[in-house]
Amino acid sequence: MNKELKILAIIIILVGITYWGIEPYAHSKMHPHHEPATFKYEDLKPLPLKGDAKRGAQAIQNNGCTGCHSIKAAGIPAPMDPVSASASYGVNPPDLSNIAALIDKKFLANFIKHPVKAFKLEHKFGANRPFPMPDFFGSDQDLADIVAYLESIAKPQEPRGAFETACGRCHNLRYDKWTVIGPKPKFKNEVEKADFELKKAKYEANLKKYLGTTPPDLSMFIRSRGPEYIRDFVENPQKLLHGTAMPRVGLTEKATEEVIKHLEHVGDRKKEKREKLGPWVLAYFVILSILAYLWKEKIWKELH
Amino acid sequence: MAHFTKANSVYEWLDQRLALTKLWKVLAAEYWIPKNINFLWAMGVVLMTMFTILVISGIFLLMYYKPDTKLAFDSVNYTIMQEVWFGWLWRHMHAVAASVVFLVIYIHMFTGIYYASYKRGREMIWISGMLLFVTFSAEAFSGYMLPWGQMSYWAAQVITNLFGGIPFIGDDLVIWIRGNFYVSDPTLTRFFMLHVFLLPIIIMMLIGFHFYTLRIPHVNNQDGEEIDFDAEAEKYKAGLKRESKVIPFWPVFLSKDFFVLSVFMIFYFYLVFYHYEFAMDPINFDPANPMKTPPHIYPEWYFLWSYEVLRGFFFNVGPLSAMDMGLIAFGIANIIFFFLPWFDKDPTVAPADRRGGFFFWFWLMVIDMIVLTIWGKLPPTGINAYIGYLAAVGFLALWAALPAITGERRKLFWFVVIVTALLYIFGFMEYTKAMGNGFIITATFLIFYLLFFLSPVMVKERERGAQ
Amino acid sequence: MAKNRRDFLGMVFGGFAGLGGLAALYAMKRTWDPLPSVMAAGFTTVDLSPMKPGELRTVTWRGKPIFILKKPPEQNCNHLPDETKKRLVEIKDSEYLVMIGLCTHLGCIPTWEPDKKIFHCACHGGEYDACGVNIFGPPPRPMDIPPFKIEGTKLVLGEEGPEYKKLVGKA
Repeated sequence: MNKELKILAIIIILVGITYWGIEPYAHSKMHPHHEPATFKYEDLKPLPLKGDAKRGAQAIQNNGCTGCHSIKAAGIPAPMDPVSASASYGVNPPDLSNIAALIDKKFLANFIKHPVKAFKLEHKFGANRPFPMPDFFGSDQDLADIVAYLESIAKPQEPRGAFETACGRCHNLRYDKWTVIGPKPKFKNEVEKADFELKKAKYEANLKKYLGTTPPDLSMFIRSRGPEYIRDFVENPQKLLHGTAMPRVGLTEKATEEVIKHLEHVGDRKKEKREKLGPWVLAYFVILSILAYLWKEKIWKELH
Repeated sequence: MAHFTKANSVYEWLDQRLALTKLWKVLAAEYWIPKNINFLWAMGVVLMTMFTILVISGIFLLMYYKPDTKLAFDSVNYTIMQEVWFGWLWRHMHAVAASVVFLVIYIHMFTGIYYASYKRGREMIWISGMLLFVTFSAEAFSGYMLPWGQMSYWAAQVITNLFGGIPFIGDDLVIWIRGNFYVSDPTLTRFFMLHVFLLPIIIMMLIGFHFYTLRIPHVNNQDGEEIDFDAEAEKYKAGLKRESKVIPFWPVFLSKDFFVLSVFMIFYFYLVFYHYEFAMDPINFDPANPMKTPPHIYPEWYFLWSYEVLRGFFFNVGPLSAMDMGLIAFGIANIIFFFLPWFDKDPTVAPADRRGGFFFWFWLMVIDMIVLTIWGKLPPTGINAYIGYLAAVGFLALWAALPAITGERRKLFWFVVIVTALLYIFGFMEYTKAMGNGFIITATFLIFYLLFFLSPVMVKERERGAQ
Repeated sequence: MAKNRRDFLGMVFGGFAGLGGLAALYAMKRTWDPLPSVMAAGFTTVDLSPMKPGELRTVTWRGKPIFILKKPPEQNCNHLPDETKKRLVEIKDSEYLVMIGLCTHLGCIPTWEPDKKIFHCACHGGEYDACGVNIFGPPPRPMDIPPFKIEGTKLVLGEEGPEYKKLVGKA
């Protein structure tokens, strides 16, 4: 018996060393450690003034925001359909109804003022290639009012809503039937289907021209990247993937968690079942091992 | 025609026609195994169980899997993983079993090496086992391609490219294997056929053969003792169970195996439910993209040691390019284990700890293969390239030294030592030429290997001194 | 006598059966061959006239990336030994480098690093200079040159033109 335990110990040590070498150690070499996300956006200056939502409703019209953006909560429709919008701007400008529920307040103000700087896309946009959304030339008071207004109309977002508003205009999510031009509807006939596919293809082509690459479908990202990576990546894409076309979108920590929750639901929807079944199966084999041991002892008793 | 009498029961009826009683005796109740064994002797039954799990889980995966480059990824990651009832369970079980089966194979192999269960009549056991190892490797490789993720694709690309290194026919052979100029749909469908039909059939036949090879030489024991199985079996049957050196396969041997197996299953299902990432690389959850190479390409862990032998050679020597040397070494690494019974010149069947120099050889081989495995995964930059080279040369040197150590051929032994040392120094010079100083690591390895090569000599000296 | 005759017949039978086996093996080998449609789908035409000096273009040919680099005037491949100097393809007074964008080690795609003017292979750390010649790591040879033909300012990949044959020394 002692000898068997000695052999077992040797095997466990050797397997342990090998495992440590090819998993934690090798991965720490392949993916250098980075600081976890704080969602503080410390490089941006806070809003200097207090805003007024009522004045903001007016300011958002006066400053031309609704020339490109819809605000469905206020009954302001989109001036263009997604495909034409993408042809003009590269990407469909977001509806502003719930944007303040997802995006950090400080980030939102800074973004409106200097979009490219907040996005951290100075390497892609500049004088030669202007960003589709111009810098804000109104007063700081106007800016504060607009932010206050957006905050007043925003409703808290469910995981799906958070994903669709924050990520869904660039990324498909085919395991949730989500496309960059909206949810994939049930088609009545082949013509409807072909029409939808054509619109999607056109939108994607415009997006590719705009970004230089096609953003990946995020269906399996929860398994391919894992929640920690997604969290840190969303907060600052350039830090983890230098030169990427993805902007820093300024999500709050809570909104990021909601997005991750949605990705988990879409890419790993059996996680809960897995976690529930595990203990039962393990308990079964523990009991089986005990019974096997007793049986073996009974049989071997008469041999020694 | 044989004479049949009326049967009194269903069993008797079947027994008359199929000789069930006799068959059961031959296969189990009177199939004799030495009593002097430890739990390592249960690995065969563990392997058999893992293979059964692979076949059964594979059957259910096969019901929903679609072998088409456009459909494969989603059929695995959506249909099987997220729609099919317990589909996720079958897939996790299949993936983890495919990985764990190699761990058990390596333990099984090294048990055989440690207890010298490959010679004096047991050569065919060893060879059939090695054939199984090779077919399992092919089965694992073809299966890894099926989910059509990034790692599936690039591993297939890299491994099929290896055949391009064969002189004259290489380039055509690669295209022939792939069925296209690059890894693509025809490649997927043919490897699918291999994975779900041809290779499993070959494995099943080889398992039968492997069992058969045990029949005449019998299973080895912890002391390498030669047992008169007929005489010992008579003792057992006469009721002298304590005195007999053998036990029947059923129920005695299996009762112990079942215990080991049950404990092993706790470990296995722990991996299945809570720790499957090591068997299902996250990169493979990105769909295959022929135009985008992942930053790090590495095979599954069980191929890492031979992969590192392949890429350990990082410089050219005269007309031999780094790649040619790597390929030659890789070719050798993949077949050399077959020849173990003939590289070992010592006829004694005994555990390694009673075989002097061989004991050191065994543990150095284990350590070297662990080093190869770990450095096979690390990015081959900087000092890692040189450590990989040391371990790869060390692997070949150990094999070259084996006949010298076991056959007490001093001259050959010192020849191998000197050549290895020269190769190390040469590699060190090439390394410093390319990347700067690496003195400390070289010194460490030189001392390490010299100590090893000296140690069997010291053991012999000690033994002579004792006489 | 009768016994010999039986052996002879047995041998004839065995031989003939073996012949059938060989024929079946041939059929099996052919079934594994790439399909005619796959073999035929191997020609890509690229118009090089809009390229700027120093620009790298990647086109797909037979599932492989092909790097086309228009040589900027300041770059040259003169530092190379004679037999590799002729890697430059001359089309309408401009010189181009045309190569299969796969690392000659194990077939990964090297990335072009314009600031360092090297191709770097992330798989095993191989490096190539702007002329496609291996300068570090495991790659055994420069990046391969795909068979091509020149038609005006266009490059047809997959056909062996006289310029290609000169480059690889077949002419």
